[in-house]
Amino acid sequence: MSVALVAQADVSDTAPVNVALNVGFWIIAAAMIVGAVFVVSTRNVVHAALWLVVVLGGAAAQYILAAAEFVGVSQILIYIGAVMVLFLFGIMLTRATIGTEAGVNNKGWAIGIPVALVIGGVLIWSVIDAYEDSVIEEPSAGQIAGATTSLSDSYLGPYLVPFLALSFVLLAAAIGAIVLARKD
Amino acid sequence: MLAELTSGWFLENAWLIPLIPGIAFALILLFGKRLPQGGSEVGIASMAASLVLAAGATVQWIQRVDSAGEHSGGALGALQAFAGSVFPQAAEEGGGHATPYVEPVISSWTWWQSGGLELTIGIHIDGLAIMMLLLVSFISLLVQIYSTEYVKGDRRYTHFFAAITLFSAGMLVMVLAESMVQLILGWEIMGLCSFMLIGHWWEDEANSRAALKAFFTVRVGDVGLLVGTAILYFGASEWAQDHGSNGFNIQAISGWALSGEGSSAVLTWGAVALFIACIGKSGQFPLHTWLPDAMAAPTPVSSLLHSSTMVVAGVFLVARLYPVFFVGLDIMDSGVNLIAVIGGITIVIAALLAFVQNDIKKVLAYSTVSQLGYMMMGLGVGAWTPAVFHIFTHAFFKCCLFLCAGSISHSGSHHSFDMKEDMGGLRKYMPITFWTWILSTAALCGAPLFSGFWSKDEIIDNANNNGYPVFFVVGLIGAALTAAYMTRATYLTFFGEPRGAAAGHGHHDDHAEEHELAHVEHEEDAAGEHALVGAAASAHVAHGHDGGHAAHGGDDHGGDHGHGDDHGHHDTPHESPIRITAPLVILAFFAVFSGFLNAPGKPFETHWFTEWVEPSSTTVHEAGVEQHDTSFAPAGRAVPLPRADDGGGGVHAEGCGFEPPPEGEICYAPTLTHAEFKWVKTIPSILLVAFGVAASAWICVGIYGDRRHPLKGLTERSRLARAGHRFLVKKYYLDDLYENVIVHGVAHPIAKGAYWTNQRLIDGVVNEVGIAGKRSGRWVYRNVDQRVVDGAVNASGIVAEGGGRSLQPVQSGKVNQYGALLFAAAAVLAIVLILINV
Amino acid sequence: MLAVNFLLLGAVLFSIGVYGVIARRNAVLVLMSIELILNSVNLNLVAFSLMNQNIDGQTFALFVIAIAAAEVGVGLAMVLLIYRNRRSIALDELSEMKG
Repeated sequence: MSVALVAQADVSDTAPVNVALNVGFWIIAAAMIVGAVFVVSTRNVVHAALWLVVVLGGAAAQYILAAAEFVGVSQILIYIGAVMVLFLFGIMLTRATIGTEAGVNNKGWAIGIPVALVIGGVLIWSVIDAYEDSVIEEPSAGQIAGATTSLSDSYLGPYLVPFLALSFVLLAAAIGAIVLARKD
Repeated sequence: MLAELTSGWFLENAWLIPLIPGIAFALILLFGKRLPQGGSEVGIASMAASLVLAAGATVQWIQRVDSAGEHSGGALGALQAFAGSVFPQAAEEGGGHATPYVEPVISSWTWWQSGGLELTIGIHIDGLAIMMLLLVSFISLLVQIYSTEYVKGDRRYTHFFAAITLFSAGMLVMVLAESMVQLILGWEIMGLCSFMLIGHWWEDEANSRAALKAFFTVRVGDVGLLVGTAILYFGASEWAQDHGSNGFNIQAISGWALSGEGSSAVLTWGAVALFIACIGKSGQFPLHTWLPDAMAAPTPVSSLLHSSTMVVAGVFLVARLYPVFFVGLDIMDSGVNLIAVIGGITIVIAALLAFVQNDIKKVLAYSTVSQLGYMMMGLGVGAWTPAVFHIFTHAFFKCCLFLCAGSISHSGSHHSFDMKEDMGGLRKYMPITFWTWILSTAALCGAPLFSGFWSKDEIIDNANNNGYPVFFVVGLIGAALTAAYMTRATYLTFFGEPRGAAAGHGHHDDHAEEHELAHVEHEEDAAGEHALVGAAASAHVAHGHDGGHAAHGGDDHGGDHGHGDDHGHHDTPHESPIRITAPLVILAFFAVFSGFLNAPGKPFETHWFTEWVEPSSTTVHEAGVEQHDTSFAPAGRAVPLPRADDGGGGVHAEGCGFEPPPEGEICYAPTLTHAEFKWVKTIPSILLVAFGVAASAWICVGIYGDRRHPLKGLTERSRLARAGHRFLVKKYYLDDLYENVIVHGVAHPIAKGAYWTNQRLIDGVVNEVGIAGKRSGRWVYRNVDQRVVDGAVNASGIVAEGGGRSLQPVQSGKVNQYGALLFAAAAVLAIVLILINV
Repeated sequence: MLAVNFLLLGAVLFSIGVYGVIARRNAVLVLMSIELILNSVNLNLVAFSLMNQNIDGQTFALFVIAIAAAEVGVGLAMVLLIYRNRRSIALDELSEMKG
């Protein structure tokens, strides 16, 4: 959808609104929301996982729209590629019922609605209150192209230490998972 | 001009005189049992010390009196005064003189002071006090020496001496008393010792009853003492405080009484109240009933307390506070007054009772009551000095008589005092006792030249002189009766044929019970011998009798006779040991010669007693001790003091006691009248005494002897005589009246009421308090403790538990719920944050 | 486009994820809901990165993705363990910490 992108990319109230961008955004957003709703409401565990895939895919698309290609690609690779597979394995290993499951929701699921609504309400109101009518500039081509570069610059520059620490975290997580899950 | 009277160490420190016996009392109680003589040596030593101190004080007092005499109105006046006391005719010719005021030695120490009330203890030494000090210490010493022999071997020897020493201390305290409080203190100590000593052998119930009777009867009178003291205190305290003293001080009371500022009602009622105490203590009618019963005491006690010293405390009180009585009861202004009446009645009724007594000590007891009546009557008719002199002489001969009775019982009649049963004919066996008895009896009867003559007859004479003719007659009758009953007693004891124990057989004494069985067997043995020998006592019989005793050889006999070893190993009467007879002789000597201290008749004409003891009615200037003429005569003209030398001997009607002293002057003693002594005036009493002796002797020989006599057996023949005899024997039914009617009628319901109060009210209250306490405790337990307190405690627990339990669902362990709570809380916080920041 | 777009989307996803955490009984489903929440946060981060022309947002978003992956691995290992011990991964049966 980079066709819809225009050179100017600053945020200002007077910037022209790119309709195509918005429409694209909204369609993906709708899909994501529907998918999320089904994740939390379907009685079929496997279906829930698959709907999650939809959501994650939608998120990746949004990242690309937001000129964060590397993040988007990483999302697809890691989240959908690894995490969701993991989830599916987990579902399989825990002998989730194939098909609809009876007691998939809590006894007290009802309290989730008002909580979710309140939180949602608060967040939405604060967002609207803060960023009302402010427009994001469309990202420029240079911005788009330079995104990955800047990302790598920041990783190997200011955020080097967290980056390396992250590797340790992943290592620990892997070892942990193995230790936890092995049978002996 | 200030009189510089001599004082001296003995006078200033006379407080030692009662203190030493007081300390001795404590020492005897604490250490007496361990001492070799059982404590008596401490007692005798203390009395000897007191006697020495008293003698020293006496000497110094006499010097003081003389020094006062020198300072009055110049040397000439002094010479005249002194001369006038010794040579009355010279004084009469030489014009008037005034007896100087001898200021008493007074010192006091305040031991309590609160709110204007000041209680003091101290000494007030004037002639009266000196006389009593000397008398009490002397007689106490002699009696204690006597007691070492008489009370030897007694089970409570040490306590006896402790009590008798304490008594002396108490009497000395009273005699020296400077304030009424101190006087009451001494009075009560004496009462306590009397109780202890009368009940010395309390194992015998009769003795303890007698002790209680004595104590209670005197107690009844003591109410009057306290009331009287209070009345006089409130009456005198204002005047006393104006003159630098307080209302208890005896000298202040005297001064107030004579100052004319006291209301006559106060003085009268105070005098009556105090006199009631004197009635009790001095055995006047109607409270005389305790004195004869008090003879249950050991004889030394009777001779010391109940004849010469304690019982005269009442007389002493009247003499000491004479101004109060003088003014309060109008002694010189009326022809009759309470004191004289009571005294007179006492003289007669006691004398009559003495005729029907078989117990020798009871005869002497009634004689004492009668003589106390004389003293009271003397004070009542205004004869102060004769009455006080009679205290002095009576002490000697009465004490001697009692000690003789003790000597007889000790050595003659095996501890029996019954004249009819166990005495008779003892003059052969006990000569010293006999002669001292005779001398003392003569003094008591008032035989001429003996001491009683000079004192008792002066009372009778003054009764007539001061305008009390009735009491004059009463005194004469009393003299006759005295002579009569004493003759009877003398006859029964010393004359005639020996009877009973005096005859050497029969053990009518305290250890009779132990001998009872053996005695009965003896009788059969000895009866035969008795019949042979007849009534005369003989050593032979006694020996045989004793041999019988020894033959029966009972163990208890041996033990008893161990105690009776003093008698020697035979039962005949014999003279007493030296420690008994020596005091007898000394006292008899004084019984004869003490009268000459104040013998106004020619050729003796001594006035020493009057001079040294009688208080002067000279007024005293308030600020100092300046002497002024008595009788308030206009300055410059001295009015002669009526003395024995006075021409008419008329009644003195002016001066202190009759009218208030002039401004700025204080009177401390009323003006006393002295009847002039004439040998002629003594003739009626001498005749009456002689008649009494003769008539009584004739009757006695007749009735008690063996020969026929018209009066013998009168009481059996004549109902009137028997009734009269019975009336006397029953002591006018007064004892019955007191004990059965009054005491029972008053005490019984009171006792019942008190018992009821105790059981129902007091115990009831106590029980109710206990029950109420229990009930309230239970209520509190149930309601407060269980419900409220425990409830609160339990409630707090329940609340905590409930709160915890109600909060428990929060911690369900369910992750979803935790998540819900977490997000909900976050949402709420977010809202709050927004609201704050918007 | 409007700035609020991304943010709103993120908000909605977040609340849906919250609902899922509360309502779901299966442990795996709860983990999935947590993934939703994480993704909504990522969206926000990226949106702000775009708005502020700052690359830090994207950096952080990548961190989140990596950590989320690690977390899911460990989480699912735990779930497997629980399943092995109790034969059930219904969270309301796992209330040992009750009280």
